[in-house]
Amino acid sequence: MMLKIDNLTNEIDGKAILKGLSLSINAGEIHAIMGPNGAGKSTLAYTLGGRPGYDVTGGDVSFNGVNLFSLEPHERAAAGLFLGFQYPVEIPGVSNLQFLRESLNSQRKARGEEPLSGGEFIKLAKEKAGLLGLDMEMLKRPVNVGFSGGEKKRAEMVQMGILDPKLAILDETDSGLDIDALKIVGSGINAIMRKPEKAVLLITHYQRLLDYVKPDFVHVLAGGRIVKSGGPELALELEREGYAEVVAA
Amino acid sequence: MTTLTLPTRKAEEWRYSDLDALAAIWPTPAPTRIDVGAGETARHHLLQDAAEGAAAVHDYAISIADGARCDFHVLNIGGKFGRVTFTVTLGKGSHFELNGAIIGGGDQTLEIITAVTHAEPDATSGQTIRSILGQRATGSYLGSINVARDAQRTDAFQSFKAMLLDRTATANAKPELEIYADDVKCAHGATVGELDRQALFYMASRGMDPATAKTLLLKAFVAGVFDDVADEAVKDRLEAAAIAKLETLV
Repeated sequence: MMLKIDNLTNEIDGKAILKGLSLSINAGEIHAIMGPNGAGKSTLAYTLGGRPGYDVTGGDVSFNGVNLFSLEPHERAAAGLFLGFQYPVEIPGVSNLQFLRESLNSQRKARGEEPLSGGEFIKLAKEKAGLLGLDMEMLKRPVNVGFSGGEKKRAEMVQMGILDPKLAILDETDSGLDIDALKIVGSGINAIMRKPEKAVLLITHYQRLLDYVKPDFVHVLAGGRIVKSGGPELALELEREGYAEVVAA
Repeated sequence: MTTLTLPTRKAEEWRYSDLDALAAIWPTPAPTRIDVGAGETARHHLLQDAAEGAAAVHDYAISIADGARCDFHVLNIGGKFGRVTFTVTLGKGSHFELNGAIIGGGDQTLEIITAVTHAEPDATSGQTIRSILGQRATGSYLGSINVARDAQRTDAFQSFKAMLLDRTATANAKPELEIYADDVKCAHGATVGELDRQALFYMASRGMDPATAKTLLLKAFVAGVFDDVADEAVKDRLEAAAIAKLETLV
């Protein structure tokens, strides 16, 4: 099992958000978590990523057999976890290429691998940017500064392609995308992550991304817990009937 | 500054100084004079990297004649007490540009003090200082601009930004404008901040260890200070010294 979340509870500023969340993900699977606003979707993503202030108060999470919470955020990344941000952060003065090369080489160092040379890195970056239709010129610019909403999300997917994680947790990657961008991002996720040794946890509010990235499992998160799980048909049911109906059922 | 009496903190320009460290080298020598002749362009730089525990004071008296230009780049990182002062007088239509960085840690007291006098019309001056302070270091920028009665159409600015890496570090900024002419543009800005936590988490989420992430953000913060150093070898030396110093602080 790649990710096993067992009865996870947490607090932000003393307020309980996740209230006993359990979920298991195997390699080769794509899971979608859907749910109403305020259900704890983003909190789950940040808690797994180790964002400061997201205090775990109970439960266990193992990632490929390792206690996830024994690892610092950067160690989680080196272990193969990728967190796609709903609101990617702008970093003035640091170019995307510099940012990604330092990130990748930090990960490689942590895993005892040799760093990539400048040439090798540029070749990899070109390939992944091409996959997402992002101009290399964009990658020379500071991280996310002046990027449109769609460009930020595409840049996130280029980052994912370059870092090549085992598990991607994508928090509302579809928000702020028009239909064309959604198609590109969706096919990017499929090309990078739909592999027998990888897994994806898509966190989304809407069904539309799931037209492009077909999930194997769909879960409904409400009130800090998974209240219902099913196959892809559950997403359609949610779209049709609304969360209130499905959560109450 | 050649008086034999050790200054006290009552004097504004010594208010944040490490006077105990200063005592060891007092009295300091007369200022270095730089005279830029009419229409000429001069470029100067200083890497203040005195040995640990030492005190270093560098005073410059700069006179820029009509239509001339002087560019000065300074990196103030060394010693227990490192002080660099500029007393500048600008002639008609001349320009003075100061780009500087202060990077301090431990118990260092580092300061840049400027007194720029626009004595004649149509002169311009710019001062850009970036300061990074960790541990118990104190970094100060005291910048005064004096615009004489006849110095119409003066255009002067000061930009100071400090980054504190620890709650025990101190940044002081004191802009002082004394303007006697009426057709003048003088701008000044000062900010003191900390490393962006959101950016640090974003970088960690991509696998960057905390020291690498902090160094990268700090490099970005001081980037630009040495961008327009004309001599590539000097530029490389200043940038390398700045980065090496930064790496001791994260």
